[in-house]
Amino acid sequence: MISLEFLYVLMGVMVGGVALVNLLTRDNPKRYRNALFWGIYAVTFLVGSRLPSFISGCLAIAMALVASFGGLGHAKGDDAAGRAAREASARRWGNRLFIPALTIPAVTLLGTALFKGLKVNGVPVVDPKQLTLVALGVATLAALAIGMAMLRPPALAPVREARRLLDSVGWAAVLPQMLAALGALFALAGVGRVVSDLAGRWIPLDTALAAVVTYTVGMALFTMIMGNAFAAFPVMTAGIGLPLVVHRFGGDPAIVSAIGMLSGFCGTLMTPMAANFNIVPAALLELPNEYAVIRVQVPTGLMLLATNTALMYLLAFR
Amino acid sequence: MLTLIGVLIVVVGFVLRINPLLVVVVAGLATGLAGGMDLRAVVEALGKSFIESRYVAIIWLVLPVIGLLERSGLKERARELVARIHVATTGRVLLAYMALRQGTAALGLTSLGGHAQMVRPLLAPMAEGAAESRYGELPEATRHHIRAHAAAVDNVGVFFGEDIFIAIGSILLIKGFLEQNGISLQPTQLAVWAVPTAIAAFLIHGTRLMLLDRRLARQSAKAITDVARADDEAATAPEGAA
Repeated sequence: MISLEFLYVLMGVMVGGVALVNLLTRDNPKRYRNALFWGIYAVTFLVGSRLPSFISGCLAIAMALVASFGGLGHAKGDDAAGRAAREASARRWGNRLFIPALTIPAVTLLGTALFKGLKVNGVPVVDPKQLTLVALGVATLAALAIGMAMLRPPALAPVREARRLLDSVGWAAVLPQMLAALGALFALAGVGRVVSDLAGRWIPLDTALAAVVTYTVGMALFTMIMGNAFAAFPVMTAGIGLPLVVHRFGGDPAIVSAIGMLSGFCGTLMTPMAANFNIVPAALLELPNEYAVIRVQVPTGLMLLATNTALMYLLAFR
Repeated sequence: MLTLIGVLIVVVGFVLRINPLLVVVVAGLATGLAGGMDLRAVVEALGKSFIESRYVAIIWLVLPVIGLLERSGLKERARELVARIHVATTGRVLLAYMALRQGTAALGLTSLGGHAQMVRPLLAPMAEGAAESRYGELPEATRHHIRAHAAAVDNVGVFFGEDIFIAIGSILLIKGFLEQNGISLQPTQLAVWAVPTAIAAFLIHGTRLMLLDRRLARQSAKAITDVARADDEAATAPEGAA
């Protein structure tokens, strides 16, 4: 059965390759540090499933230390010659360049559909819980194969290019995972309970409107802290949504919880803790300010939060 | 109360712009210790969930092929293609993508987008290209602002589209949570209430994209008059008075 482990090995090979290419890139003054950072990361993919948790934790801490003291760097980017070559290549290949790029979403969709019922001797070929991710992995391999066959670049080009892009993303590539670990520790220490207790104790909730506002704004704020509406939803709904908005004031539970979750999503737009949506793309698009994407999203997040609050108040108590 | 120390560390660390990896690790260790765990247990918990959440990094597998295509001029091609479509403006390109992203997410096709595979190689160059073909070379800050908007439409589209699909994680989470609390609902009863917010999100963010177009036009008009004024001044200045 193909499971995530297969993808982790691929990741390990790729990130390991990135570490090696870094080691060999002489014009980057921080190449040893980069190689160490990506090298450790590669280890967590290649053997992570078999490592004792304590060792994995130490590796994660080591990565944070390597990234923050002295920092990572990347080799000199683009020059005029590179740009001219790319423009010439763009003219030569034209719209055919889109074929491998669009192969990724196409094969991901197709794979998700095809892998679903696929069985050999009654055993599913692909782990049914991980269909989309496995399909994504297969899609990237297919796109890479098509790209290589079509463009015929030097054999090492994919690893070199992965090095270029991964170095430009830098530590942000690892942040979503680190935040997931933080979320787990928050949960173990009972941070959610403390927050909802505080909200319940300090805010007067004697009208339906006050309860609705506290619930929607609380969902957004708590999502901003946790970086994830899924973590905020059970806490805020058990603390305020169900006992007050639904039971005391008679709100419709379907409307309250659906719009409550979406209020959390407004918070996701506004927080660096949702790193994979907000910080990673800023790094990936080479924006100098890591909060640039959040800044663009904040007005929409606030307006939509107000809209959600109004919608819940108007729809839930009919 | 002491358990909230991690939240405080995160806020302070992010405001001071200390490396987020370090901030998050320190916040995690502090939270665990404040919650009464010993150091070894905290490090173990950190390691365990770091390893368990490796799946969020799977997206980076697209980098070799995206890099390969970029090396062959994919971004340049995307820019050029958009420049040929005369009705295309930055705001309209982004709006069309958002509509597509929201629509497909509502059908459950959330993997039809994403920052690494769609925004960086295709959408961002297209949005930049649309502005360039109208206004010529763009200032660096404008270029960055357009790119940030390209990342944002992907988020807004998927967040406020996916909940209309009944089998998406968040809907199933709500259903499960309500069931534990003695309220039994069908996923469709929940998903239908995601529709008003989805429409509001499209209208609000769509309006902002149209305003972005107006801002870009104003900015370039101002840049042109600035250049013209500078030229005039240079022309009227006495010779040799540089």
